[in-house]
Amino acid sequence: MNHPEGRWSGLDNLLTRPGRFVGPGFEPGPELRDFLHDDCRILVVGAGGLGCELLKDLALSGFGSIDVIDMDTIDITNLNRQFLFRTADVGRSKAEVAAARTMQRVAGLTVTPHHAMIQDKGLDFYAQFHVIVLGLDSLEARRHMNAVACSFLSYNPDGTPDLATVKPLVDGGTEGLRGHARVLLPGVTPCFDCTLWLFPPQTKFPLCTIAETPRSPAHCIEYAKIILWPREHQDTAFDPDIEAHMHWMFARAQERAKEFGIQGVTLQLTQGVVKNIIPAIASTNAIVAASCALETLKLVTLASTGLDNYLMYSGVDGVYTLTTQYERDPACPVCSAGVPMTAPPTCTLRDLLGLLTLHPALGRLLREPSLSVGSVPLYARGVFEEETRPNLDRQLRELVTGPLVELTVNDKGLVAPLKVQLRLQVAEE
Amino acid sequence: MASAEAGSPSSSGAPTCSPARESRVRYDRGMRIWGAEGQDALERASVCLLHAGPTGAEALKNLVLGGIRSFTVVDGERVGPQDLGNNFMIDQDALGRPRAEVVTASLKELNEAVGGSYVVDEPAQLISSNPSFFHEYDLVIGAQLRCSDAAALDAVCRERGIPLILGRAYGLVGLVQVCVAEHCVVESKPDNTIEDLRLTEPWPELAEAAAQVDAGLLDDHVRGHVPYALLLIRAAAAWAATHGAPFPRTSAEKADFKEGLRSLQRCIEGVPVEEENITEAIANAHRVWSGSSAPTPELVRLFQDEACQHLRAGSSPFWICVAALSRFVASNAAGALPLEGNIPDMHAGSQEFLALQRLYRAKAEADAQEVEGLAHDVAGAAGASVSRVTSAYVRSVCKNARRLRVIRCPALHPDGLPVRTEPEKGGTDALRQALASEDATASTAAFSVLVPAADRYYRTHQRFPGSLHGSEVPEGEVSQLHAIAQGLLAESGISGVHLPEDATTELVRWGGAELHCVAAIIGSIASQEAIKLLTGQFVPLAGTLFYSTVHATSLLFA
Ligand SMILES: [Zn+2]
Repeated sequence: MNHPEGRWSGLDNLLTRPGRFVGPGFEPGPELRDFLHDDCRILVVGAGGLGCELLKDLALSGFGSIDVIDMDTIDITNLNRQFLFRTADVGRSKAEVAAARTMQRVAGLTVTPHHAMIQDKGLDFYAQFHVIVLGLDSLEARRHMNAVACSFLSYNPDGTPDLATVKPLVDGGTEGLRGHARVLLPGVTPCFDCTLWLFPPQTKFPLCTIAETPRSPAHCIEYAKIILWPREHQDTAFDPDIEAHMHWMFARAQERAKEFGIQGVTLQLTQGVVKNIIPAIASTNAIVAASCALETLKLVTLASTGLDNYLMYSGVDGVYTLTTQYERDPACPVCSAGVPMTAPPTCTLRDLLGLLTLHPALGRLLREPSLSVGSVPLYARGVFEEETRPNLDRQLRELVTGPLVELTVNDKGLVAPLKVQLRLQVAEE
Repeated sequence: MASAEAGSPSSSGAPTCSPARESRVRYDRGMRIWGAEGQDALERASVCLLHAGPTGAEALKNLVLGGIRSFTVVDGERVGPQDLGNNFMIDQDALGRPRAEVVTASLKELNEAVGGSYVVDEPAQLISSNPSFFHEYDLVIGAQLRCSDAAALDAVCRERGIPLILGRAYGLVGLVQVCVAEHCVVESKPDNTIEDLRLTEPWPELAEAAAQVDAGLLDDHVRGHVPYALLLIRAAAAWAATHGAPFPRTSAEKADFKEGLRSLQRCIEGVPVEEENITEAIANAHRVWSGSSAPTPELVRLFQDEACQHLRAGSSPFWICVAALSRFVASNAAGALPLEGNIPDMHAGSQEFLALQRLYRAKAEADAQEVEGLAHDVAGAAGASVSRVTSAYVRSVCKNARRLRVIRCPALHPDGLPVRTEPEKGGTDALRQALASEDATASTAAFSVLVPAADRYYRTHQRFPGSLHGSEVPEGEVSQLHAIAQGLLAESGISGVHLPEDATTELVRWGGAELHCVAAIIGSIASQEAIKLLTGQFVPLAGTLFYSTVHATSLLFA
């Protein structure tokens, strides 16, 4: 390596010396640093507020090969925190600019940008990385990446996770002066779907309030967005990034507010409501991203005790941190060995499909499920639909051998198939 | 490196208003947190950074992105190989150049509206040789200062009332210290606030509005449009009339009260029809018995504070307003604070809701005018200037009366231990307790003693323990450091606590390295505290935060 002697001396202390607070099986030595630099592959998802920080932090933690994926382009409002971007970069690909600028600053580093949506990449793309680090701002994207990571997981016959198939995720998130960092080891620590309750539902106003009894500036803005825009622009989808659209929205919201005598509709608020803007600043992003990068370093090298498994930070009142050991949901549809279900042997396949779509955990993931046992389809959508349709009216005892069957459930809406552990059991009287 | 070289060519004086300042769009995401006033405050601020390693550079980076007016970097070193492994503001081409110059140039790239300059001098040298250097800054950030230098800088800044923040990353642990003699916060912006609705003590106009609800309840259409606050005021008044108590107290009484609200629901063939405003009234019934317009315990403490009790000619607008609030509370029979005036959204007709909102706002304005009058009275009596006690400020104080906060940070311990020098304020209690704990707190507390111990080791050896190249943790240095740490504890009168050897060995393993991620965490926490101090919003840390990334645990010493 062409690094000047002593460049990584600080990191070397951590990687080459035995420690008292380290991960299980930590093997100190210079090979660790070489592994980080030459062989380890890290994917950063998102090149925004967290992503920019993550690239810097990972690069200066000794990782030599990093990929970054983001479909966004740079906006002027990113510049208060996304420090890899300059005014002149507005409009360019975030992933590409972030990669180029990080490489410019850190010699010997390779950052490969992907200007693409996470959904555009297949499982084989994600399979090549040792750790996937998330710098995302939506639950939907997090759940997609969660499903990707969990799809690699397989279980041993004794029900324990096969550790060789665990694809670690490290996740960060911020809002204002608050943030979190968490480590997700599918099969070992909770996945996103195990702890969905951590994400509060977005507040939505009842339609009748918006349509009939507005009381706040936000109600007026929602009226312009939900009712007026579709009425007056049947053919054009609203795009908050088009200035004319935003000004139209603002003007209509103001009219609505004036009509009812409501004060406080501003352009800033209009943008905030229609774009669902989350306030974001450099300091919180930097705290969270550095925590995530450090945990990534710990995951790969075991050079220090790892975070188990969720760290929250709040700077609202003094500085408050809390580390919580959340627990897995043993019946999680995404990361468990299979969602446990029970059905009588006389149940038809059609009824079983009905049970699946009504299931409290599975139902929300499924629209038109297909079912198979191993590679044998029981009911398949698409080209095999006609062939498997007769199975719908057959009873389960004719189709599978019980009492316990592992079913594979697939659906267009799923990133990867799910497992169901079906117990054929006569309902107790 | 005794003589200070002057910084970048055009760095002296305040930068004039550059084109980039005209538009604040780039600050939009921050202004949604601290508003235009917060942004104004940042754009007035001039910040000095001591030591341009990654801890300080990351702290300043976040402030430059946020749009401070200008900064100055003080650093005496030249870029060496280790800077290329931990500092993003430095690249390979900079080897051998002054670190202050290189970091300043990189920081300026981040925001063309921010002015930057640098001074090539050792921070410790500057603190002792030229303390007046710091007088021109609105805030000073001291990064990676060893304990004795930090204590000296604290004394300099405290004397002049310049807020100081210290950030220190050491291996896998670090600390942030906020050093201000006093910092008063009006807009503390807590996560959850419950509006003061005066449900059991409505002023006459509000009581009248609630009384008028009765007629409307008969009409199916009108009833659905009544905001729940009026339903609750009416129910509370009825309760008081029949029970001789202002509100229900026992859980049976509370259930009764809610049942009374439920009985307002219209029935069709004996089945109640759910109406949203009544459902909301039931869900918010607790506001009847938990709401209070009296000063919070925190505010009562402020009323009793020396600074409020004895206003002086130099008293700040904050203390003048607190004194006025105290007069206001004493002057009304209910002992109520001025009304804040904001109400939550309630399911109701537009006009009914807006009328209610106007009632609350009008009362809040009337109360604020009274407080403003009192503020002028108390200021006049103390010979204090009222020119800074603006109407807007008084209104902000009234709106936030229950959330006013004052922090006073203890002076730094000369040896860097996280203990208070005043025994009457708890002295060593917090550290003693943390060291005696059973969980990861104990090792975190041990690290908080070992970092100052490493500084004492440095004084003798001119380097940190474990900092020489090698793949083993040097045992001799471990035992030396352990003895120093035990000595520090004994000197502070902390005896009988166990200092785990594991912690000492681990700290020596790090060799005093400033790892980038730890530096970024510590520096960024420091920058967030800086923003709180400069904007006067949110509540800054009131002392020392010691953070260990080993177990992701923090300890507060206030
Ligand atoms: Zn799960």
